[in-house]
Amino acid sequence: MFLKRTLPLLIVFLLGLAMIIQFYIPHPVSQNFYDSMAEWVRISGAFALILGLSSFFYVHTRKLARKNKDSFYSGVAILCLIGMAGIGIFGRGGINGWLFSNLYRSIIVPLDATMFSLLSFYIASAAFKAFKARNAMAFALLVTAIIVMLGRVSFGSFLDGIVEWILVYPNTAAQRGIILGIGLGMIATSLKIILGIERSYLGGGD
Amino acid sequence: MIFKKFIPAVILVFLGSLPLSGSAVCVQDVPDDDGSALIVSWEPPGDILGFFMYKIYRKDSLEGEFVQVGKSSKMENCFFVDKDPRFPLNSGMNVVYRIVALDEEENEIREIGVSEQFSPSHSYFNSTKKNTVVAVIFVFTALITFLNLAKKDKNLFIRKIAGLDALDEAVGRATEMGRSVLYVPGLSTMDDIATVASINILGPVAKKVAEYETKILVPNRDPIVYTITHEVVKEAYLEAGRPDAFQEDQVFFVSQNQFAFVAAVNGIMMREKPATNLYLGMFWAESLLLAETGNATGAVQIAGTDSVTQLPFFVTSCDYTLIGEELYAASAYLSRDPVLVGTIKAQDVEKAILLILLVLLSVLAILNFNFFRSESFLRFIMSFFGT
Repeated sequence: MFLKRTLPLLIVFLLGLAMIIQFYIPHPVSQNFYDSMAEWVRISGAFALILGLSSFFYVHTRKLARKNKDSFYSGVAILCLIGMAGIGIFGRGGINGWLFSNLYRSIIVPLDATMFSLLSFYIASAAFKAFKARNAMAFALLVTAIIVMLGRVSFGSFLDGIVEWILVYPNTAAQRGIILGIGLGMIATSLKIILGIERSYLGGGD
Repeated sequence: MIFKKFIPAVILVFLGSLPLSGSAVCVQDVPDDDGSALIVSWEPPGDILGFFMYKIYRKDSLEGEFVQVGKSSKMENCFFVDKDPRFPLNSGMNVVYRIVALDEEENEIREIGVSEQFSPSHSYFNSTKKNTVVAVIFVFTALITFLNLAKKDKNLFIRKIAGLDALDEAVGRATEMGRSVLYVPGLSTMDDIATVASINILGPVAKKVAEYETKILVPNRDPIVYTITHEVVKEAYLEAGRPDAFQEDQVFFVSQNQFAFVAAVNGIMMREKPATNLYLGMFWAESLLLAETGNATGAVQIAGTDSVTQLPFFVTSCDYTLIGEELYAASAYLSRDPVLVGTIKAQDVEKAILLILLVLLSVLAILNFNFFRSESFLRFIMSFFGT
């Protein structure tokens, strides 16, 4: 119980408090403490990556072992990971070498771009759903969206004033309302974690 | 941050009132820092024709030589902030500056002056952060007050949050259909409070899933988040009395690449067709890619994020959306723990006070109540916020 619950809560409390105090102290000792903490996060991240990779191999080797119609993709995933890592580590020039750079530029970048560009089609389909005038509020949304969209194209420049007003006043007001709530929620959640009131992230009950 | 907000303000204040007595080059310490920056200012030469820029030299000891630490590209910019990591300054160092004017070809044509010896100093408290101290004390006081109230009155009211009420129904639907529940804890790291809030929700959700004898899939982008979600889900199954039902490959690491992660999760949605998709945490451009794919598979979708720019996408494509702070309130709402509910009441009171202040100040501004525009009040505010 001590190792599983009390000790982690104590560490969270002490380090949380230390980081709050550090935030207000610009002294070099305080800055060094912050830098070393940031370094530790990176170091633990590197170790966590080993766990992540072991999970990756575990999941995909199990899928391969099942030998169903989707097993092929798991094989491709494992092959790509080992291939890219192998070329990056053992290939001539490492990650700056010709082969690694070309594989990155010619495969990973276009794949990323393809996924990202799908967004435009999804936006169109989401807009189609959002702009159905089912009730008064949805109608108001539809009208506002039409005005803003028209105002953003070349022949809609006559709407510049109203578009500016919509974006600067009602839109900003709504966003600030949400952001205020988020800010308070963030501070409250942080304090709850530091004080040990919120413990769900440790897993299990009390 | 110091460069963006504070130093320009300090420069503005200093430039108008710099005492240049004794030497043509004046050195001032940057207040509220770790002693790693100095502001050097000088009087422009009377006749600036033929001059194009200045070179700033620094000598770190009396015996040492002057080394160039910077350049001021405009003749009218007669100040320089020395904070270059290549030429580090530390508190306690004794430095001397020398300013030289250059012509168009960058030839040194006149020495403007040499400063007196100066030593940068560090501060023990950053006075520009006084406002955040007040905010933290305010939030902390409200939190403690309502924690005590919650201990006395166990039935504090919190309004219904439709998205969280629907969780039971969504998990039940997955059970009836014999399909899994997909839980995406956002794409951010553990540094992000939204991720922590998401993991706080994952525990009760996973427990419910375990009780219903359904399967939960938790793909992760960050390896640290993966290790935590793995433990949380495992503990939840244990708590539900079904440790045997937990499978290691239910919680898994996918990829740190944003769109590779999206492709993998979308693939899971299309192949396994989970009955319920939960997107809770921090999302960026992938929010709509995930939510629209889930929508196409006919899954019940509940999303929650504090990313204001992604909220409209989730609202459009998901059945329920937890907007901003509702994500942080979810853990208390689901557990109904009086102490946690008390913290939500504290947030409500804080918001009410802010709202009253905003309305009051806006009305006063509309009525042209001049006290808030008076010089003495503005000076007080400026000094409080350290500008």
